[in-house]
Amino acid sequence: MTIITMTVHTRGRTILLATFGIAIIMNILPGPTWAEPFIPDWVALTLIYWCMAAPHRVSVGTGWTLGLILDVLYGSLLGQHALAKAVIAFITVKLHPQLRMFPRWQQAVSVLVLLAINQLIVVWIRGAIGQAPGTVGYWTPSIVGMIVWPWLFVVLRDVRRRWVS
Amino acid sequence: MITVFGKPLRGPSSLTRLVLLVLLSVALMMLDHRSQQLERIRAGLMVIFYPVQVVASVPVALYHRLMDALTTDQELKEQNDRLEAERVQLLARLQQFEGLEVENERLRNMVGAAARVANRALAAELVEVSTEPFSRRLLVRRGERDGVYVGQPVIDAYGIVGQVTKVAPFLSTVTLITDPSHAIPVLDNRSGLRAMVFGSGDQDSLTVPYLSAVADIKEGDLLVSSGMGGVFPAGYPVAVVTKIDNNPSESFLLVRARPSAQLNRGKQVLLISPSQAATKGKAP
Repeated sequence: MTIITMTVHTRGRTILLATFGIAIIMNILPGPTWAEPFIPDWVALTLIYWCMAAPHRVSVGTGWTLGLILDVLYGSLLGQHALAKAVIAFITVKLHPQLRMFPRWQQAVSVLVLLAINQLIVVWIRGAIGQAPGTVGYWTPSIVGMIVWPWLFVVLRDVRRRWVS
Repeated sequence: MITVFGKPLRGPSSLTRLVLLVLLSVALMMLDHRSQQLERIRAGLMVIFYPVQVVASVPVALYHRLMDALTTDQELKEQNDRLEAERVQLLARLQQFEGLEVENERLRNMVGAAARVANRALAAELVEVSTEPFSRRLLVRRGERDGVYVGQPVIDAYGIVGQVTKVAPFLSTVTLITDPSHAIPVLDNRSGLRAMVFGSGDQDSLTVPYLSAVADIKEGDLLVSSGMGGVFPAGYPVAVVTKIDNNPSESFLLVRARPSAQLNRGKQVLLISPSQAATKGKAP
């Protein structure tokens, strides 16, 4: 009995790590500069999903680690994305009972707010060290994130139901 | 769940963990921004996560491979002919250049200025991945082992690309002149006017702030590096002025320029090592 639950547990963790790995790769896929405002933060979206669906497994620590990995891959200030991701993970875990109950569109709006908080923290830090991007296009990835949320939710829910729990 | 005396054993609450991690992030950021102490750790992490970047660069690498495979002999022959013609032209200009270099050195000796010394260049291949959204950086396959250092100037065939900002053993990050955090001192090649060129985050637009309305600058002027600040060697093309707005209600001109270097084409860049003499004593 214990052995079976153990294997399910480790397999679940592998699947979790795999979704985060794919999200990280999607975040750094090369693309033309004009496409930049239309690419959502896949790592933030995946993190929000798991913090909502499995808050006992994925929370602040996972968010922070993912952010730090992004900082390394991006060549940005170490701790910048780590801070932002830890904060949104915390908020999502705190609000997960409500978020789960929300109808899909309302959930998407909440995701927009979370993504905007993520971007706001990053732009504050970049501004503090004198390199804030000045374009309005900076904020559109959050809106695109809100639009893709319902689809991503369905995909990740199926992944979770089949493999994780 | 593990229980101790009937109570579930838990780690610190999530708020405590958040506060700790926020403090840790702030400490990391301050250390990273103010000192070089984290450079070793960052270099190690860059190496550990390099495979992720390799995976992410596969689609574009495959695309290049496919394009190479689809090139016909005919096209290759045409390209070869074109390159041959270009080479002859460049060599012809180089003959003159060498004469001019000697003459320049003689004149500089006469006025007592330091001699310009040729720069060594190291070709570096790009890793095709994107970096932080709305920043302009490149990842190149050259690092500490090739003698790359932080602050090293990077050029391509047409002008200055940027400078190295992070170095790992076989990888480094280059910040482009178009990054919002980047600034480079320049000279107007026509009038000798000194200015600073700032990145705007936009891929083909730079700004030249703090020029008064009477400054001698025109559309189409070439801005070359002035060598001040000691990072970039003097005389490399940086940008061409594209637009000048003179708004009487503003105290400065609004000047826009287009980078000379081909910042988002090309598969490789050149890392140059200016010698001491080339970066110092450049005041005309």
